[in-house]
Amino acid sequence: MATIAAEGLLAKSNNRGNLRRRYFVDRLLGALVTLAAALGVALLAIIIAYIVIKGLPAWNLEFFIGHTEPVGVAQGGVGQAIVGSLLMLAVACVLGIPLGIGAALYLSEYGRGAFAEVTQFAIETIAGVPSIVAGAFIWAFLVKTILGSYAGLAGGVALGIIMIPIVARTAQEVLRLVPDSLREASLALGIPYWKTVIYIVLPTARAGLVTAVVLAAARAGGESAPLLLTSLGNDFYNFDLLKPMSALPLIIYKYALSPYEEWHQQAWGAALVLIVVIGIVSLVTRWSVNRSARRLRG
Amino acid sequence: MATMEETTSTASSLLRRRGINPGDRVFRGVMIALSGLVILILVLLTYQLLHDSLPVWQAEGLSFIWSSTWDPPKDVYGALPFVYGTLVTSLIALILAAPVAIGAAVFLVEYAPPQFAGPIAFMVELLAAIPSVIFGLWGLYVMAPVMRSVVEPFLKNSAGKLPVVGGLFLGPSLGRDYLTAGTILAIMILPTVMAVSREIVRSVPDTQREGMLSLGATRWEVIQNAVLPYARTGIIGAIILGLGRALGETMAVTMTIGNSSRQISPSLFTPGYTLASGIANQFNEAGTGLYFGAIVGLALTLLVIAFLTNLVARILVKRTASGPVGATV
Repeated sequence: MATIAAEGLLAKSNNRGNLRRRYFVDRLLGALVTLAAALGVALLAIIIAYIVIKGLPAWNLEFFIGHTEPVGVAQGGVGQAIVGSLLMLAVACVLGIPLGIGAALYLSEYGRGAFAEVTQFAIETIAGVPSIVAGAFIWAFLVKTILGSYAGLAGGVALGIIMIPIVARTAQEVLRLVPDSLREASLALGIPYWKTVIYIVLPTARAGLVTAVVLAAARAGGESAPLLLTSLGNDFYNFDLLKPMSALPLIIYKYALSPYEEWHQQAWGAALVLIVVIGIVSLVTRWSVNRSARRLRG
Repeated sequence: MATMEETTSTASSLLRRRGINPGDRVFRGVMIALSGLVILILVLLTYQLLHDSLPVWQAEGLSFIWSSTWDPPKDVYGALPFVYGTLVTSLIALILAAPVAIGAAVFLVEYAPPQFAGPIAFMVELLAAIPSVIFGLWGLYVMAPVMRSVVEPFLKNSAGKLPVVGGLFLGPSLGRDYLTAGTILAIMILPTVMAVSREIVRSVPDTQREGMLSLGATRWEVIQNAVLPYARTGIIGAIILGLGRALGETMAVTMTIGNSSRQISPSLFTPGYTLASGIANQFNEAGTGLYFGAIVGLALTLLVIAFLTNLVARILVKRTASGPVGATV
């Protein structure tokens, strides 16, 4: 087979016109795939450029500390949304960090057998649950049944569910990089396994675990669909987790669909806040992941 | 139990079997409890959606999925327009995104100098970090006007005149319709499909390429005949993974799809709903009764579709990444 194909190819390449055609096809498709990659980068650049150009004029002191005001009365700001985002993210972390890292630790340190497979399956499945479905679940479970009203707490729990698989999967990757020789060295000194995990494995993986949490929080912080169904939004400062609460993505949605030009501009301003935070988080985590991976691989 | 029987040489299991330290047992118990909570959340989620949507299944039966009348004032609920919108916008996204994503992945692995490949991939993957609502904002105020005044009239005047596909490009161009939502989705799933395809193309062994090159093939012939066939299953998996993302996207779609029409029409210039945007738009009116059950039913339908899609994608990606599929090495 191989020799026949080779002879065929040789016979073809003796034909000059055919060779020219093959070179042409080669160049053309090389150019096309280059263009595809360039398009991806260009899209990012265009979107970021729009957000910076349209969002920056909205930034001033009142934008950051004020809350939603009626159009024409006062400028107002998105302060209550920033506070709401932070509060709900804190709730999300209380749920997402222990469950995510706990499941990842179980899988990396003990993970054999049926229970481990079910845990892995649950993590992968929750990762694939659309965020609006997670929101609909908390809407039906907490808002409609247990709490009886839209609440920041419900929003935080919904975000926590979204954080769990992201934390767990990133943490699994990181824990896999901790060399077994470290665990064995510790055990050889007579240190119990649980102390080995707490004093050797976790500190070794610390940078990566922090990255896992920060990445997950950044993803959750940009979610709006689940918050819409659970925390609903609020025009005023609210620190009570049992009452409706605003968040940056929610206020972008509300302002973008409003008929007022002033609010549109604030929507772009809020989008810029989110993009700046997410951009910094992405760059810093990428840098720290590269560094810790290099260090662990030796 | 099975873990106890397994013969394994890791120090952890040796210690566990002998039960040297009671702390180990407690620690392991805590880890199992935390993992159990993760499983419990998934079980509770499925149960709650099943339980709360039960009234609508009892009232409508399975016709909830394929009946096309959605009329809350009369308490008649058929989810077909939502399912249809979800499938149409996701398909548009796939058709637009897949060639670009695969092309970019091939470029990164086969053409780009190594010192550029990382940064370029990072920049495209940053697209995936942009929140959905920001894509919606950009789609609503930047892309929709362009679609309305440039792209859609152009499509109507060119492809709209063709015999069969022409039906896709009928009617007034509104700028907020299936086509705009699908295009926004295409941008959103581009990084997902590209990142997974890149891993797959990278996992193709160099011997495949070398064999082809030694026969005198050009670079593209190597890609076409040695690399892509080997990676095919995995790339299909990557595309389906992108589909899984597109199906559940909410905010960007809600802001660009129009949310007004309820009839199913073949034209892509029709405003419509997807399952996700329907939930986001109507949950606030659906406080009680059958309407509430119907909205939860939409969520359950979306959950099932997304779960099956992701399951297929995972199987395909894992099969390729873990070794050759029907390929002779």
